[in-house]
Amino acid sequence: MSSAPRAPGGRGGDGSPQPLLKVASIETLYFDRIYALFGVSLEIEEGEIFTVLGPNGAGKTTLLRTIAGLLKDQPKKGELVFGGRRIDGWQPEAIARLGVVYVPEDRGLFRELTVRENLELGLWGRHDDGVRTDLEFVYGMFPILHERARQEAETLSGGEQQMLALGRAMLRRPRLLMLDEPSLGLAPRVAKSVYEALTAISRTGTTILLVEQNARLALGVARRGAILEAGRIVLEGTSKELMENEDVREVYLGVGTAEAAVKGWRLYRKRRRW
Amino acid sequence: MEKLLQYAFTGLAAGSLYALVALGIVLIYRSTRVLNFAHGDIATLATFVAFSLLSSEYSFPVAFLGSLLVGAAVGIAFYFGVLVRAQREGANLLGMVILTLGLALIIQGVVVWWWGAEPTSLPFPISDTKTYKVGLVVMSQLALATLAAGLVGSLLLYLLVQKTRLGLAMRATSENLMAAQTLGIPTRMVLSVSWGAASALGVVAGIFLAPALLLDPFFMLDPFLKGFAAAVLGGLNSLPGAVVGALILGVAESLTGAYLTIQFKNTLAFLVIIVVLLLRPEGLLGKEFKERV
Repeated sequence: MSSAPRAPGGRGGDGSPQPLLKVASIETLYFDRIYALFGVSLEIEEGEIFTVLGPNGAGKTTLLRTIAGLLKDQPKKGELVFGGRRIDGWQPEAIARLGVVYVPEDRGLFRELTVRENLELGLWGRHDDGVRTDLEFVYGMFPILHERARQEAETLSGGEQQMLALGRAMLRRPRLLMLDEPSLGLAPRVAKSVYEALTAISRTGTTILLVEQNARLALGVARRGAILEAGRIVLEGTSKELMENEDVREVYLGVGTAEAAVKGWRLYRKRRRW
Repeated sequence: MEKLLQYAFTGLAAGSLYALVALGIVLIYRSTRVLNFAHGDIATLATFVAFSLLSSEYSFPVAFLGSLLVGAAVGIAFYFGVLVRAQREGANLLGMVILTLGLALIIQGVVVWWWGAEPTSLPFPISDTKTYKVGLVVMSQLALATLAAGLVGSLLLYLLVQKTRLGLAMRATSENLMAAQTLGIPTRMVLSVSWGAASALGVVAGIFLAPALLLDPFFMLDPFLKGFAAAVLGGLNSLPGAVVGALILGVAESLTGAYLTIQFKNTLAFLVIIVVLLLRPEGLLGKEFKERV
């Protein structure tokens, strides 16, 4: 460990990049005995989009919830280091105040409150001068939110709800934005526009940890990624490497005919090279 | 006609106090999903504190404010000292409801031990024998003050919940606790405000009920059950519902006493609970909680 002074989350004294978030062999259990995460390690670097892919039940959501501190007494083992600070065992509110913003799969909106009120809650605790410009940024990115400001969130369409969730998250000026399946339940065109928004958000310098089942969309925007299966990271690399990986192509990108895909899946199960 | 109006007015006055009790029950239920069975007893304790303050020659406003503070403090202390800990240890909702029952019994014990079980009367500055005649209806000063207390209490709660940032956080926290946490909203502080405000509303009801009833360690039991019935009638998670339910219950009760039989008056609340739960379990203005997995 370098003893040179450094900004939290910044570059280390020796010039090597210090990850913004370090997940070090964490284990998360449900009901004290069911393993959901089995020694997961990841390093998310400042400013990148990192995606975690995997099938249903692999532990993707559990991973995000563990990082956000939403699972009581979890992780049971391992360390979570954010911006140079140990955060495992912290209250979710405290982790959120560090700038870790989690958008759950169900968008986490207050459905009975208006769009405007939802956004206001995103500004909770902020008293700086940037509030106005940030609101303008969000309204500029999603003009529909401005139009619907007085409507209750539950009256929005699925895509608009995702936009509200993203906009509200941006008002928190996240250092790490964690998104759980932002494309879920959206029409392909809407999903695509949500992903365009993600790219725009990333350009502001926000680090994004993205969990997806839609590998094609996620790998399209991410710099690096990992495959999570049955609570373990089985593969990690740049998006390019992942997209060129034979197994990822067969199983997650569905390249080739349906027949080949089925055959490929069987082969994949047998081979289980990871 | 005269009789009808007269009893309707009496019912409204009683109903406005039930509304304060019901609002407290709903406020806590909405935000923490806990039915607070100690609601009435917190009010009893605080009303006895007011009684002691008045007996020690403090003025009524001082005694009133003092008892509000005591009530709110007990509610907040119970939330932080017991419920939060219980939750941390993994207590479920039923367990927490039982804890409120425990608090109710503890407070009853304390009140009997400190003040005795003999009924006393609260020296109250507003008279219930001085009356005004408005149109056909005779209104006692106490009934008018009671109505005003119910109105002001409900209005203050409305302003807090609907017009302030804290109220916005309260609404957000009751609707989606996890989302509120992930936004960095201090949810425990927000929930403790609900407990404090709810308890204070109960105390207002207690103070204004004390002169009409006699002050004994169990004097809030009946109003608490009425408030509970009113909350169920209006919808346990709806604040406006609590007020509507309480006014309906108050008037219905008063009219039952006038036209049917006075003995039947107290049974009515329970009939209301049963009928509502059978026909419209979510209450008049309530919405069913949509549980999402």
